[in-house]
Amino acid sequence: MSQKAVSRRNFIKGVIAGGVAVSSAAYLFRSSPLLSGQAARTGGVERLLALTVNGQTRRVDVAPQETLASTLRYKLGLTGTKLGCDRAECGACTVLVDDVPRYACSVLTHAVRTKRIQTIEGLAAADGTLHPVQQGVVDEQGFQCAFCMSGFIMATVGYLKKHPNPTREELAHGVSGNLCRCQDYDKILTALHRGAELSRGVARG
Amino acid sequence: MADTKLVGQNYVTPDLLAKVTGRAKYAEDFRAEGMLFAKLLLSPIPHGRVRSVDTSAAEAMPGVRAILRASELPAPADTVTDLGETIRANPKAERALTDEPVYAGEAILAVAAVDEETAAAAIEAIRVDFEPLPFVVDPLTALRPDGPNPRAEGNVWGRPAAAPGTPPGPLEIQELKWSDADFAESEQGKLPMGKPQVEWSYGDLDAGFRNAALVLDETFYVSNNQHHVLEPRSALAYWQNGKLYMHSGTQSAVQTVASIARWLRLDQKDVVLITEYTGGGFGSRATGSVQCMIPALLSKKANAPVLMRITREEENYIGGIRPAVHGRVKAGFAKDGRLLALDLYTIGENSAYEAQGDAASGGRFVSLLYQPEAMRSRAITVLTNTPPRRAQSQPGGLQAIMIVEPVIAKAARQLGIDQVEMRRINAPVGKAKLGPANAQGQRGYATSAFVREALDRGKEIFGWDARKARSGQRVGSKVRGVGVAVSTFVAGSTGFDGLLVIKPDGKLYVQSGVGNLGTESVFDVHRVAAEMIGVPWEKVAIAWGDTSQHLPWTCVSGGSQTTHAMTRAAHAAASDAIAKAKEIAARALGGGPEAYRVAGERVSGPGGSLTLAQVAERAIQMGGKYDGHELPEDINKFTATSAQALAGQGLMGVARDTYPRDGTSFSFVAGFAEVEVDVETGQYHLVDYTAVGDSGTIVHPRAYGGQVLGRSILGMSHTLALKTVYDQHYGLSLTQRMYQSRPPTILDVPRNMKWDAVNIPDPETPVGARGIGEPPVAAGACAILNALSDALGDDIYRRAPVTLDSILMALEHGRPMQDPLTAHI
Repeated sequence: MSQKAVSRRNFIKGVIAGGVAVSSAAYLFRSSPLLSGQAARTGGVERLLALTVNGQTRRVDVAPQETLASTLRYKLGLTGTKLGCDRAECGACTVLVDDVPRYACSVLTHAVRTKRIQTIEGLAAADGTLHPVQQGVVDEQGFQCAFCMSGFIMATVGYLKKHPNPTREELAHGVSGNLCRCQDYDKILTALHRGAELSRGVARG
Repeated sequence: MADTKLVGQNYVTPDLLAKVTGRAKYAEDFRAEGMLFAKLLLSPIPHGRVRSVDTSAAEAMPGVRAILRASELPAPADTVTDLGETIRANPKAERALTDEPVYAGEAILAVAAVDEETAAAAIEAIRVDFEPLPFVVDPLTALRPDGPNPRAEGNVWGRPAAAPGTPPGPLEIQELKWSDADFAESEQGKLPMGKPQVEWSYGDLDAGFRNAALVLDETFYVSNNQHHVLEPRSALAYWQNGKLYMHSGTQSAVQTVASIARWLRLDQKDVVLITEYTGGGFGSRATGSVQCMIPALLSKKANAPVLMRITREEENYIGGIRPAVHGRVKAGFAKDGRLLALDLYTIGENSAYEAQGDAASGGRFVSLLYQPEAMRSRAITVLTNTPPRRAQSQPGGLQAIMIVEPVIAKAARQLGIDQVEMRRINAPVGKAKLGPANAQGQRGYATSAFVREALDRGKEIFGWDARKARSGQRVGSKVRGVGVAVSTFVAGSTGFDGLLVIKPDGKLYVQSGVGNLGTESVFDVHRVAAEMIGVPWEKVAIAWGDTSQHLPWTCVSGGSQTTHAMTRAAHAAASDAIAKAKEIAARALGGGPEAYRVAGERVSGPGGSLTLAQVAERAIQMGGKYDGHELPEDINKFTATSAQALAGQGLMGVARDTYPRDGTSFSFVAGFAEVEVDVETGQYHLVDYTAVGDSGTIVHPRAYGGQVLGRSILGMSHTLALKTVYDQHYGLSLTQRMYQSRPPTILDVPRNMKWDAVNIPDPETPVGARGIGEPPVAAGACAILNALSDALGDDIYRRAPVTLDSILMALEHGRPMQDPLTAHI
């Protein structure tokens, strides 16, 4: 497919369906030559989105089949969200969507256009103060290679929103959708549980 | 090292803040201006030859920038070792791309395009005509008289027969088939034992069996499994002013430079490797991955940076596999449990590429671990059309110990000896011997071994006696069992370099060439230097993960070498800096250098004292050896180049580890497990687990605990679930993804496991510390195996993993129903 395949009629159809009369061309980061014009041809999916990520509105050009992980990593520069398997098997890409942990590799960005998205980069306060779960990991030297760490931390933050006072056992279930191949589960659980305590304001002792 | 403030203490590692905030960049997280994306075309068949390739449609696609074929790869280059020895290139070795694939999933060619979708579409548009060739995925099938060969030339690696007095020729692929008579015993489910490739023995084996009160003959199969590193071996490459910049994960920042230079036929000074973070290695990327040359060559061709993002499916093909090993053990025991004779035969499977030595090396570990009075070890490694075999945590040791441990457990049961006691009786002590005698008739030995101490500590922490009392008791459909297992592996090398500079700001700048796999040894080992020089940790800056930062010659972080090797190197560099500081102070203040001491950030003696900052300034003024303008002659040339770049910045400590070592360094672990089995469903779960290490002095307790339990779980995965399966008829993988070959999750292991360490310094290394990465693996795997047989009795399994269906079948038939002779089921 080439640029020539974009007919004026199809383009207008797409824009009307999307409801926004803005050319996406100016926002193209790395739109495939093969896919350019696809928004128009599929006639209904607007490519230019305003996503709410880590409390900010980010305007971004998104292909219809694009996953949230891909948008975060390749369009928004948020590479703290990792791709371990890209097929919802490992959990390394876990982010919060409206406070619920989701595998970003298996969520289409268009499906979360109206939602609040939070990634590992958005956890610490503006002054650099770590989120209590991050602090728990620092305190206990949790994780080894840490490729799975963002996903585990986001899953924990999400779990704690509904279960603020989990036992070690309960917290293990809360993060059981995440895989650590260093298999550092014992130390990870200690670190995340410490994070849960810090979230409740429990002092060390 | 007595009275330490840093060594043996927990601390926050310098990389942790970047990790928890998502700022830590792994290879795939870098972006470069104008970056292209690469995709691979993989072979759909297990063995074949590319007849023709039509790339015309792909080339015509907008956005496609370059296509790379196997014929464009530089020819394999010879290796020149650190000692100047030349190892001739093996023309049949694994390469990044090939026109004669020897396993399904092998990369044939690569495309670079402006984005991944375009690259993937181009791959789809390329037509490849393959000529299919015979293939085999099962090593025993390849050994059958009429069995197919995985490569045209044969099924094993060997060397041509050489005339007496002449050196053996280069490795070549040869055909080795066993006779029908060799296979006769396989009818009874016993491992056939035809002509081996490797054989050694010591002691009087026949006498051992004659004197034995109990002789067992067991066949067992340890499955292979993928490494499943969570970060696939993606790589980003670009060229600037003739230099290659490579972003890629590896187990050695320093030694991977040599690999990349050799693969691409570059001068080492023209390779810069950026590898601050690596998402798991486990042996599969010791000195990087050969596939990283694909983006490098595509980048050159397209004149743009190229990111090759490896998918999970691709990783499972090209990432490597631990070899499965078929084993047969004949073991003779005295009435008191002493192991008198051990006859081990192992058949290792391999890809059609370089041989992974797991089958051949396993016997040494077993000989050390159980100290048999007489032993024979025979092994053969057979090529198949399956993905490359690579070292995986405790290579060879894991499989051999998994083959022998259940036999030790069975003997203890039959002789009425407590399982912990059985291992105490046969445990290595002190400078325990191992393996066969050398040409001078001498057997090698360990630097130290405190296995009995580890067993005693573990027995107490685990509560062995109380748990043993309830094992075998059935409650409803549930029955519990307890198991103990011992394990060992090599745990340290020698001869590497340390490099550090004390600068006029009073800080200690340490150069670390260790790969960052998250074991934290990349930082931990340098606590030794800070401790010795007396610099507070806050004033220590560590450069790592970027070879343009002038790093010293460093071991590969594999085989549990690093803690031992690099604490020695750190000790040597710190000793050098201290000696120089004393000389500087003596010259400035009077008296002899020996009258000065370095402590509390000062060098003090009879003439007064100088701060380290002042000493650093004087070092620069004095030049010569003090600030690195003159270097020791025995350091590696890699270190010398780095030291020259850092010369003149302060007081330099630079030295090679030349400390003596009497013996070979081994570490040990004792693992204890309790399982609960539902005899109606075959389902079982791990109730509790404890592991105790004997690896000398502990440098960083939290990291150590992570290794002991983490590597134990990797071992448990061999008993619980992990294996790869290759279809015998089509040679295709049936375990391409994690849901088909799933590493344990947090719910598969107990929530309150315990670890401890004997913590007795190794007498043969100045810091007393050895590595701990590997020996927990077999301890975890075998503690569960032994707990299962404790719960259910002997004759439950003949292969691992032990799945619920195999338990149900065995209980129903009263004997193990698994076939131990077929691979990939």
